[in-house]
Amino acid sequence: MSVQRLELRGIRKRFDGLEVLADISLTVRPGEFVSILGPSGCGKSTIFKLLTGALQADGGELLFDGTPLDHGRRPFAFMPQRDALMPWRRILDNATLGLEVQGLSRSQARQKVSPLFAEFGLAGFERHYPVQLSGGMRQRAALLRTVVQQRDMLLLDEPFSALDALTRAGMQRWLQAMWERHRWTALLITHDVREAVFLSDRIYVLTERPARVLDEITVALPHPRTDLASPQAAAIEARLLQTLLNPQPEKGK
Amino acid sequence: MSANRRHAGVFAPVLSKIAPALLSVGALVVAWELYARFSGISAIMLPAPSRVIGQAIQHRQALFDNTVPTIRATLFGFGCSLTAAFVFSVLIDFSRSLRRALFPVFIISQTLPLVAIAPLVVLWFGFGLAPKIMLVALVTFFPMLVALVQGYAATDEDIQSLLASMGASRARIFLLARLPSSLPYFFAGLRISITYAVVGAIFAEYAGAAKGLGIYILNAKNNFRPDLVLAAVLVSATLTLVLFGTTVLIQRLAMPWERLGEGRRS
Repeated sequence: MSVQRLELRGIRKRFDGLEVLADISLTVRPGEFVSILGPSGCGKSTIFKLLTGALQADGGELLFDGTPLDHGRRPFAFMPQRDALMPWRRILDNATLGLEVQGLSRSQARQKVSPLFAEFGLAGFERHYPVQLSGGMRQRAALLRTVVQQRDMLLLDEPFSALDALTRAGMQRWLQAMWERHRWTALLITHDVREAVFLSDRIYVLTERPARVLDEITVALPHPRTDLASPQAAAIEARLLQTLLNPQPEKGK
Repeated sequence: MSANRRHAGVFAPVLSKIAPALLSVGALVVAWELYARFSGISAIMLPAPSRVIGQAIQHRQALFDNTVPTIRATLFGFGCSLTAAFVFSVLIDFSRSLRRALFPVFIISQTLPLVAIAPLVVLWFGFGLAPKIMLVALVTFFPMLVALVQGYAATDEDIQSLLASMGASRARIFLLARLPSSLPYFFAGLRISITYAVVGAIFAEYAGAAKGLGIYILNAKNNFRPDLVLAAVLVSATLTLVLFGTTVLIQRLAMPWERLGEGRRS
């Protein structure tokens, strides 16, 4: 097996006596799209906070490219649950935010980002403010802001959970197509089973809090994926739902 | 299309918004005029609006001469107050202990009755501009400080953690997120404070000044000229409205996205 891009070994985290992450181990290979699927409030977002350095783990190891995670390197581009676009910045200037923080001048950053607007379905909206855009467009702008940072790995925290069902389905297809083209290494947090199956190479299923890994499923569906209703996809979905809704009593407890 | 819509978007709503206000103010003035004319009340008790306006026009030079120092005191005082409020709001935002040390002092400053303080400040600092600036600052500093501090605190948590994940420093997060987030609060504070500022300046002059609307009002009152008192009030009300309108205009220019969002929020 090639070297893992990201590896979590036995990560534990508690807040004031409340155990949130009991034992999380997972891996992500370069170019792989991995999902973390779990019930609401199980501590999925805490994993991202540990990765971005907003929180420190109480135990376990975080390895990136085989070496302990160094937050000075900042290998992750993070996309939060809600789009977190700045209402006072135009879409173009929202997209350049990460590059500006990295130290690029505004004009350099704009030059880098502008050519990508068409691919993200945002051409012609560069000068618009976020409030003028639909929910789906805002999420695409947020993903654009994430991708242009050119980090080694994307962290997507339930990026479509705030969208209506139809827009969400459209966005999932769009993200799928984008991923086919760019093959980003990505870790997605979701509680949407269908979304996980549709987008992922592998899925980690977490238990309720305190979270541990309940199951790991490889989604061996061919790319490009357009058919959500194939029998294989349906079978994986059924297995995931079964695991989530009827968790087996944990071993050794 | 856009030119048309822009015109309709700016002027039509403004007109339809101020029309009721014009009507109600107009009705009040007409009622006042009728009462003053036909009730037989003496003009020394209650002068009719027509007389107030007539006297205002007749004494326009004196009113103008006394308005300029009031405007100067208002703007200087408010400028100082704004600057101080901004500096302290930043300090407080970066240091919790500084916040604990300073906030009680500011709150106590708000408990001082202006009636007692104004004559003392004039006694200590004379009839010049300095005591007026200080009194205007005293009444406007705290509302502005609170508005700014509250505005910083209202910053979207997601935006801040996003910036942190990008590697932005505390100061960078302040500039990129907390400062712009405070704009709506800042302008709300500005609208309130600018009206306090005019009242504060006039009060300071009332307590002692060589020139100004405050001292003009005092003299007119002592000469039993309520018409001139009201003429000065008319001028100060106009001044306040102009300053208020200016802040609204600045807000529109500074926050263009606010107006774009109107009617889209469901």
